[in-house]
Amino acid sequence: MFNVRSASLETKTATKTVTKLTCLAAILLSSTGIAQAANGLSIESWRSDDANIWNDVIIPAFNKSHPDTKVNFAPTPPTEYNSALQAKLKAGSAGDLITCRPFDTALDLYKDGYLANLNDLKGLKQFSDVAKSAWVTDDGKDQFCMPVASVIHGFVYNKEIFKELNLSVPKTRDEFFKTLDTIKSESRYIPLAMGTADQWEAATMGFQNIGPNYWEGEKGRKALLSGKEKLTDKAYVDTWKELAQWKPYLGRGFEAQKYSDSQNLFTLGRAAIYPAGSWDIQTFNNQADFEFGAFPPPVAKAGDTCYISDHTDMGIGINASSTNKEAAKVFLNWMASKEFATLYANAVPGFFPLSDHQIDIKDPVAQEFMSWRQQCKSTIRNSYQILSRGTPNLENQLWNVSAQVINGTMTPEAAAKETQDGLEQWYKPQQ
Amino acid sequence: MNPSNQHDEKKPFPWHLVFFLGPGLLIYVVFSVYPLLDTLVLSLYNEQQGQTSFIGLQNFITLVTDDTWSQAFWNALGNNFKFFAIHMLVQNPIGLLLAVLLSSPKLRLSGTYRTLIFMPTMLSVVIIGFVWQLLLSPIWGISENFLYSIGLGQYFDAWLGKESSALITLAFISVWQFVGIPMMLIYATLLNIPDDIVDASVVDGANSFQTFWHIKLPLILPTIAMVSILTFVANFNAFELIYAVKGALAGPDFSTDLMGTFFYRTFFGFQLQQGSASMGAAVATLMFLIILMGVMLFLFFIQRRIQRFQF
Repeated sequence: MFNVRSASLETKTATKTVTKLTCLAAILLSSTGIAQAANGLSIESWRSDDANIWNDVIIPAFNKSHPDTKVNFAPTPPTEYNSALQAKLKAGSAGDLITCRPFDTALDLYKDGYLANLNDLKGLKQFSDVAKSAWVTDDGKDQFCMPVASVIHGFVYNKEIFKELNLSVPKTRDEFFKTLDTIKSESRYIPLAMGTADQWEAATMGFQNIGPNYWEGEKGRKALLSGKEKLTDKAYVDTWKELAQWKPYLGRGFEAQKYSDSQNLFTLGRAAIYPAGSWDIQTFNNQADFEFGAFPPPVAKAGDTCYISDHTDMGIGINASSTNKEAAKVFLNWMASKEFATLYANAVPGFFPLSDHQIDIKDPVAQEFMSWRQQCKSTIRNSYQILSRGTPNLENQLWNVSAQVINGTMTPEAAAKETQDGLEQWYKPQQ
Repeated sequence: MNPSNQHDEKKPFPWHLVFFLGPGLLIYVVFSVYPLLDTLVLSLYNEQQGQTSFIGLQNFITLVTDDTWSQAFWNALGNNFKFFAIHMLVQNPIGLLLAVLLSSPKLRLSGTYRTLIFMPTMLSVVIIGFVWQLLLSPIWGISENFLYSIGLGQYFDAWLGKESSALITLAFISVWQFVGIPMMLIYATLLNIPDDIVDASVVDGANSFQTFWHIKLPLILPTIAMVSILTFVANFNAFELIYAVKGALAGPDFSTDLMGTFFYRTFFGFQLQQGSASMGAAVATLMFLIILMGVMLFLFFIQRRIQRFQF
């Protein structure tokens, strides 16, 4: 390594340059934004991948019922979205509608007065409290964004392998591990396609996937927030204990297996079960040439209530300084409708509308994921609301300890202790 | 007396110097000196919710004494020394060896070897990281079959994923990439040694090892010293390879965390962790001080004692 210049210098310089460029971009974009604000609505978003869907499907559908409002979808690439939006809001040139990241990023915008209060928005009645929780103030009083989409965790399995080995979909944990045993002993397929090299899968597709069944979803999450439960309690230790049991069923060398490796192992038909997030459906649809299905995280005993991680990922709010707030509210109310939910769910399979409408999804696997909302109780990832505000950061710790528990280099009890200690250092209710 | 003569004695202001030095100096000040000073100043502040307040050395005290921060800091620093040690013990001796071999007049195709060995240095670190991940992958990689074919198969492991071996593996990848630079620098110095000195030693009866040890090595020592200090500075600024292969969380269990990745997480934040510009500036300042100290120790204790030869 012979880069003589100091990295700190370069990074610093780079940041400054990026900020300048962002400002410049903001100014350029703002000129178009203002022009459109006069006779319509402009939407800020990071989903540049979905630009076609918005322009060709969603906005035309809205205009059928509201021909007078012109809507412009103006996305920024995901990595630049937060800083570009911040710059535009400061300059007063941001669009009328603002796509909200969940929790603290959006909350900070509301606190700084950039987002309008939505408490009296009619459309909000279509959403459950869990769905809305990502965009309310800490005291639960003020709603500043309306939920749009969520992602659901579960397991995706290769139907052909299941048929070949005469397996049925596991409902309980015992059945789950029996299934894994059968795959391991009677075939050369890898039972579970997951690695720990990138660490986040261990926390997201592992801990947050199977955990809600142990800590009873929202009940446990709220108890953790209020300090009634601790991460050293049985529910959490047991979650890590189950994760530790996954180790023998993972592929050889899983410690160096990356997220894309796991995806490839599954789509190439070399692995039977894949701990998934619903966003994987699109990748699998494109790459796998076999039929695959999905099942929710197995419960302890048959007939137990099941809990799923139905994680709120995207919301939408109104720019507090928008000149067209009435039209923006009309648009948001339309986004709360069944029509929008159906359009969106089918255009982007794996991202699920959060409203309570019964909708038809054509993609069979996405439909399966969606159906769990009726059978099971929804919750969100327990580290996302408030608990990742301090130092050490709970989410980062969960990545680290969950990966280590699966690697076998840390006991479930030690993982629980480390995360609980971290939380106690700064979070009052846990002290 | 000629008035113009008198005028000549008072030299006019050397505007041409300003003209030639100005642009370079301006760029250097704006993009290097100013950011550096600004970083130093920033590290003395604390910012919360957009409010900045002067807190003196508190950031540094937190960084080295508070358990949450100091553990990560000392871990990153320790790893960084290991990373540097591997470069010094592996990269530079191999570079020296390659340079000596290349400068041998009997070697054919030396130009080809030189180009091939230097090639990885010119590739992007991201590509290097990606290629080596594939080579070493226990799933798709070829290294396992290769080891079996030479009878060492049982030693294969998921090196990049194990706490005990991840940092060493990454250091070796970095060595592989950058070995061309010490090789080139030493090679150039070796070519500069006049033939008559070498010839004289041969006439005096020295064999080739003695010629190397007593004649060539002393003459290239200043270059080796320079290579060492460059390695030191570069290693303590290393970031890209770790970020490309292991991500900013530098797993497993932070065993590959270097000062660079620690700085990145602190300054820019990571996932749900909010970045802190002032704390990040404190880490950057410490990195700067560590490098500064290293370079000064080198200048005072080594550079001064090195004898230089002019031909």
